[in-house]
Amino acid sequence: MKTISKSVPKRDHAEKISGSAVYVCDYPTEGMLFGRLLRSSVPKANLLGVKLPALPEGYIYIDKNDVPGTNEVWMILKDTPVFADKTVEHIGDPIGMLVGPDEREVDRLLAKVEVEYEELEPTFDARQSSVVFFDYGYEKGDVDKAFEDADKVYEEDFETGLQEHLYLETNGVIAHSKDGKIHVHGSIQCPYYVHKALVHALGMPREDVSVAQDVMGGGFGGKEDYPSLLACQAAVAAYKTGKSVRVVFGREEDVEATSKRHPSFCNYKVAVKDGHVTGMKIEVLYDAGAYTTMSPVVLQRGIIGAPGIYTIPHLKVHGQSRKTNTVPNGAFRGFGGPQTFFAIEMMMTHIAKDLGQDPVDFKLRHVAKQGDLTSTSGKHHFPVPIPAMMDAVVKASDYYTKRAAYKNQTGRYRKGIGMAAVYHGAGFTGNGERDIIKAVAQLRKDREGNVEILTANTDMGQGLFTVFAKIVAEALSLPLERIIITYPDTARVPDSGPTVASRSVMAVGELLRRAALRLKDEWVDGQEQLIEERYKHPEWMIQFDLETFQGDAYPTYSWTVNAVEVEIDTYTGNIGIVGAWGSFDVGTPIDENIVIGQMEGGFVQSLGYGMMEKMTAEKGRIRNNKFSDYIIPSSVDFSNLQVMLHVEDYPEGPFGAKGAGELPHVGGAPAVLDAIENALGVNLNKIPFVAEDVMNTLREVSR
Amino acid sequence: MTQEIRFNLNGSDTVYTGNPADRLLDVLRNELRLTGTKCGCKEGECGACSVIIDGKLINSCLVAMGSLEGAKVLTIEGCTKTPQFAALDKAYESVSAVQCGFCIPGMIMASQCLLANNPHPSEAEIREGISGNLCRCTGYNAIVKAVGTAAEEGNGLW
Repeated sequence: MKTISKSVPKRDHAEKISGSAVYVCDYPTEGMLFGRLLRSSVPKANLLGVKLPALPEGYIYIDKNDVPGTNEVWMILKDTPVFADKTVEHIGDPIGMLVGPDEREVDRLLAKVEVEYEELEPTFDARQSSVVFFDYGYEKGDVDKAFEDADKVYEEDFETGLQEHLYLETNGVIAHSKDGKIHVHGSIQCPYYVHKALVHALGMPREDVSVAQDVMGGGFGGKEDYPSLLACQAAVAAYKTGKSVRVVFGREEDVEATSKRHPSFCNYKVAVKDGHVTGMKIEVLYDAGAYTTMSPVVLQRGIIGAPGIYTIPHLKVHGQSRKTNTVPNGAFRGFGGPQTFFAIEMMMTHIAKDLGQDPVDFKLRHVAKQGDLTSTSGKHHFPVPIPAMMDAVVKASDYYTKRAAYKNQTGRYRKGIGMAAVYHGAGFTGNGERDIIKAVAQLRKDREGNVEILTANTDMGQGLFTVFAKIVAEALSLPLERIIITYPDTARVPDSGPTVASRSVMAVGELLRRAALRLKDEWVDGQEQLIEERYKHPEWMIQFDLETFQGDAYPTYSWTVNAVEVEIDTYTGNIGIVGAWGSFDVGTPIDENIVIGQMEGGFVQSLGYGMMEKMTAEKGRIRNNKFSDYIIPSSVDFSNLQVMLHVEDYPEGPFGAKGAGELPHVGGAPAVLDAIENALGVNLNKIPFVAEDVMNTLREVSR
Repeated sequence: MTQEIRFNLNGSDTVYTGNPADRLLDVLRNELRLTGTKCGCKEGECGACSVIIDGKLINSCLVAMGSLEGAKVLTIEGCTKTPQFAALDKAYESVSAVQCGFCIPGMIMASQCLLANNPHPSEAEIREGISGNLCRCTGYNAIVKAVGTAAEEGNGLW
């Protein structure tokens, strides 16, 4: 283990464990107005009018007419309105905001607001939707010939459901208006995303708007795009009233109104010749919800990963995201990857079974090797450590023995073991880092020789501040105590890009390492110094073309192999987890505890996604809007979960580190479904797969 | 309807003058500005608002002030002053068990309550003891390990 990997106390430990950390909900509220959103109660309608009750003094209603700039939330596109204009597009679509000094009175008044709608025919099923938001595709080799030459062709459909982030802290912001300037702070994953949206909606100069992150109770992508909308709404209210406006959601509102993971529908056609997969035709459909938000990039990642970790010589991959009149789906850890990786892993498993081969052996025969072409005809520039990792997980889980032993069970309790192997491409897709993000990071040294890290990246609990401080301290050969890092405010940090895409350590951490090395070279005692580094694209990357999806989609990949063992009670349908094993390669761990914590937490979320977390909607209204009916893993659900680290150094990452945060949320779901298949002796194509699905499956099998 | 409710909060005798139907969670956070107790759901499901009342782990979002007459209430702010907290603090830190931190004050109350009732719990007992406190970040392994370490290292404290 490298010295830097040795764990240190987390920087945010003391204030969080003692309860003294100030989250957005913890600020004193004296003098503030409380804001509550008026939301559409229908999924699609022309908005005819809003009838307000008599508002007492100090209570003010804000809507589209109060937006001083443009009534658009600039995310990637600008189709999300700050407040609904002529139409509402989903239940919960914000129409206006009521603000006032007493929160309960705001609630009471809000309940008396009447909205007149002319209801229109909504669309809830993406497969039936005629509104295509995004349409991408790519090809490799000669797929038609592969199918002509095939001696066997397989075809299957796969579905994945909604997943809710369910961070423990709900979304919340406070907007301040003072001296013609707007300042917003809150539970914000990407301060500069919010800044861009505010400047556009408010029509104010960049320098008059600032955005800061507060201590944050989890994000997982759920506070990547959504805070841009919420901050615009609160800021418009602050702008109009000249007061500070606080909007902190209750749990039900957070679940009903904020983004989730895109449901997906995939169709795979696979050509096999001489027991080997030679070609695939893949159709991917993601349900975007009512507005585009993050859908284009989520879909891009989804289709790029659709053939999985395998080298398939002939490919035709096509994907769409379509509009439905449901809550917009956005960023969620894995970002489009978990859907298609679920599909490809099940597909490969099913083909292996049909060919009479063990799925692990079959997959190993198809795994990409260093130097192979990727799905988009880029290159695997670095070693692909899957065989060694698979070996470690096979041994830890005793996979082969159990897999054989669990065939053809008939008793009440049936065990099964399954395996999945996946990657996560680290950083922005294609040339995003170079052409869109253009990260800038700074180090500021004071006269006493303390060094402050200045980036826009946020610590949501994943440990980024600790890791950044370690990188800088190590490169400068300074004790950690001399490194300063605080929650970012756009007024004083450069735009080092958003804290997303498993990019922060790999891309921004490397900028900090380089800045630290320069500072070390140029160090002058007793002087203030400022060092700035800008992103440099690796020269060896094969230029990615977003029109044709050809080239290196990612500079490098993080890899994982997951095994899961289940015991199913065929009387109740209960799926018990006997054990879960994962080997994870995220390059050099900058802090071993932190990386293991990320892997364990993500793995558990992924298992929840596969066999526990079911979110349903009825006519566009989410039914599971509480902890009591949207079930996430508790401490007793996955008690035997073991994480191992495999280290493949990445030469362009700081001390060999690559992307970490999202990887563990990709492989757990297909691994647990494979285990359920092994236990029940069936093939499955849909997640989440919960107790009632077990009962339904058993009923079908017995017919 | 305003009433005077007398109870002990973090070792100090306290009088709450207000509606006995008010939630303890709201009173702690809004009136007394003890914001270490977090609100995650307001329906008694997530455990972020856990406090210890007369030795029992309770979700403060489900407690009406009127039920507290004569009770002893311990919140994270009172807990941090104890040697038991010091042991838990050290153990949690050693395995980096705190991620976003929003569940953690409640998790500490659950850990304290568990160890007070069972100073040498097995891993299964630890998992059961904190099962009413949801954490979305860690997957629980680090927290379970921390509670086990605190029990070992703080031997005799509970």
